[in-house]
Amino acid sequence: MSEADGILRVRQPIGVQYRWSAGPNATSHLQGLIEGRLIGKRCPGCELVYFPPRNGVCPKCARILGADVEVGPRGTVTTFCIVNVPFLGQKVKIPYVAAQILLDGADISMQHLIQECEADEVRIGMRVEPVWKDRSEWGPTLESIAHFRPTGEPDVKLGSEAGAS
Amino acid sequence: MRDVAIVGTAQRPSQVETNLTSVELILPVIDEVITKVGIDRSEIGFWCHGSCDYMSGQPFSFVAAVDAIGAWPPIVESHVEADGALALYEAWVKIQTGECDIAVVFSNGKTTSGPIDRILTLQADPYTVAPLWPGFDAMSALQAQACLDSGVVTERAMAEVASRSLADAKTNAIAYAKGDHSVDELLARPYTVAPLRAHDCGLPVDGANAVVLAAGDAARRLAKRPAWIRGIDHRIDTQRLGARDLTESNSARVAAQHAGVGRDKVDVAELHAPYTHQELLLRSAVGLDANKTRINPSGGALVANPAMAAGLARFAEAAEAIFAGGADRAVAHCTSGPCLQQNLVCVMEGE
Amino acid sequence: MSAQSIGALSGDSFVAPLEVAYPYKRTVGTTLSRFFNSMIEGRLEGTRGSDGKVYCPPAEFDPITGAALTEWVTVGDEGTVSTWAWQSEPQPDQPLDRPFAWALITLDGADVPMLHAVDAGSIDRIGTGTRVKVRWAADRTGGITDIACFDLLEGARA
Ligand SMILES: [Zn+2]
Repeated sequence: MSEADGILRVRQPIGVQYRWSAGPNATSHLQGLIEGRLIGKRCPGCELVYFPPRNGVCPKCARILGADVEVGPRGTVTTFCIVNVPFLGQKVKIPYVAAQILLDGADISMQHLIQECEADEVRIGMRVEPVWKDRSEWGPTLESIAHFRPTGEPDVKLGSEAGAS
Repeated sequence: MRDVAIVGTAQRPSQVETNLTSVELILPVIDEVITKVGIDRSEIGFWCHGSCDYMSGQPFSFVAAVDAIGAWPPIVESHVEADGALALYEAWVKIQTGECDIAVVFSNGKTTSGPIDRILTLQADPYTVAPLWPGFDAMSALQAQACLDSGVVTERAMAEVASRSLADAKTNAIAYAKGDHSVDELLARPYTVAPLRAHDCGLPVDGANAVVLAAGDAARRLAKRPAWIRGIDHRIDTQRLGARDLTESNSARVAAQHAGVGRDKVDVAELHAPYTHQELLLRSAVGLDANKTRINPSGGALVANPAMAAGLARFAEAAEAIFAGGADRAVAHCTSGPCLQQNLVCVMEGE
Repeated sequence: MSAQSIGALSGDSFVAPLEVAYPYKRTVGTTLSRFFNSMIEGRLEGTRGSDGKVYCPPAEFDPITGAALTEWVTVGDEGTVSTWAWQSEPQPDQPLDRPFAWALITLDGADVPMLHAVDAGSIDRIGTGTRVKVRWAADRTGGITDIACFDLLEGARA
């Protein structure tokens, strides 16, 4: 409460506990992350490969995604930003690079961290690979991967299709 | 005014708990209704969705839901943070403007992801009511007690509503709670939030549904017997429970007058009454005689209450009664907010 | 928003407990500020509606005509139950942690009732017409929870 102008400001926290379900179409993807594998899903209509499999549907075709497809592990940076702003819940020391990465064999990019290089060395088209955490820390989450790092391969010139995500 | 009709519906069988995401819940009913009606997605001029982010536990979950409808090439779509029946009202207005002839309306309610009674309480006044966390059932119980005190309902009449609804649900594949239970058996059960018993409160389930609206010639092309919307009206009472006469529903009465319910006989009425006493209040407010009108032959929201989809379900059920020829004139109703705060009333007719 | 656990397979899907919580700080405006400030001082005030009815908590605008309401009336800390419900199993964050009654309570001098909890002890001690009295919270900071709950008055059942 404060009353600088006679107007009260009152704390009114609200909170709700949920049982959050990822949905059956995300199961193989999440199980893969427990096992150190990168599994996406192919749309039976347009044949695009989704990693991650979003909500289990292809938004372009409005169809439930079909077969599992192993992708990566290497990929290409499609865009990135350098985070200099501290915020609530931040887990990584600033400045750091958050990038969209198009894994080899996937058709949509995913977001992850780029580390093991200076922030100003990161560029669109850079080839990167995942650095997994210790096997004991693997779970049904992309946080099983600590970050991505440069592979040293030549850059890839991206077509317009790669930016889509 | 343009003639607009419901020409097809699809509903997902209710489940007490599903692992499906909202998108996975919605997609099959969209597919089903489009296939049933026999339209191409390119013919759909407007999509309108009803749901509640607080129930999903995910801010902007309605944006993700667009994945379920195929937004490529780009579509025209909208969302109401409310029951799908209010999305239907928006779609009806959109068609009236002449901007489109065919619209798909859909809704989903995943009531089992979180504590639904607490979540719905967030609709209450945020300064003087919500900080007490009274619960949606308890607010409804305050209304039920006021009705009992005034004599407009009795506990026996409430149990009769539950008994009839559970029996009717036996023939409804979509319903969840169903069975033969005598009034005396129901009255012997304990109170949950007195004066309400468990069967006085709609059963929270996960569900989804979709309907197709079409104008004029498009409607005649798509359905053998379209359910023509002859009147539709939405009214709201004050949020302040104490300032309302809780023993009647003023907004439902006014909405029913404007929708033209009383102009002719009503064969079937699907009233969205998540509590037994509310069906009794609504019958009176909407102007229905239970001896002349079949009330909630589907079992209503008591036997399956996917919040945010249970109102649109009433529209789907009323339209199906017209499609099947069992009714020439039907009323569909949706409520929202504590103690029947908001009411949408619609009259449909077959030709 | 945070997932407390990264989840586990349950049937065909991974599920996880998830808490969504917002630490809102609300500006309550001029009318409710006066109401809550007077409650901090142990006094209840309401506003008079266009039809002469007194609202406590105060209405900022008349629910029927929409007119801004500016006439203030001090009301009593005792009142009468106009309807009630019995919370046999109290839920998190509710005013009491033992079975209690919810009630709409018309404070003496007011016409429009307010929602609050009554520490009635058992269901047979509450009814429409029951007389109740405010129990103030020990530490008042501005808010409807500055009323801890209502207590029954002697010979409460009317
Ligand atoms: Zn596709």
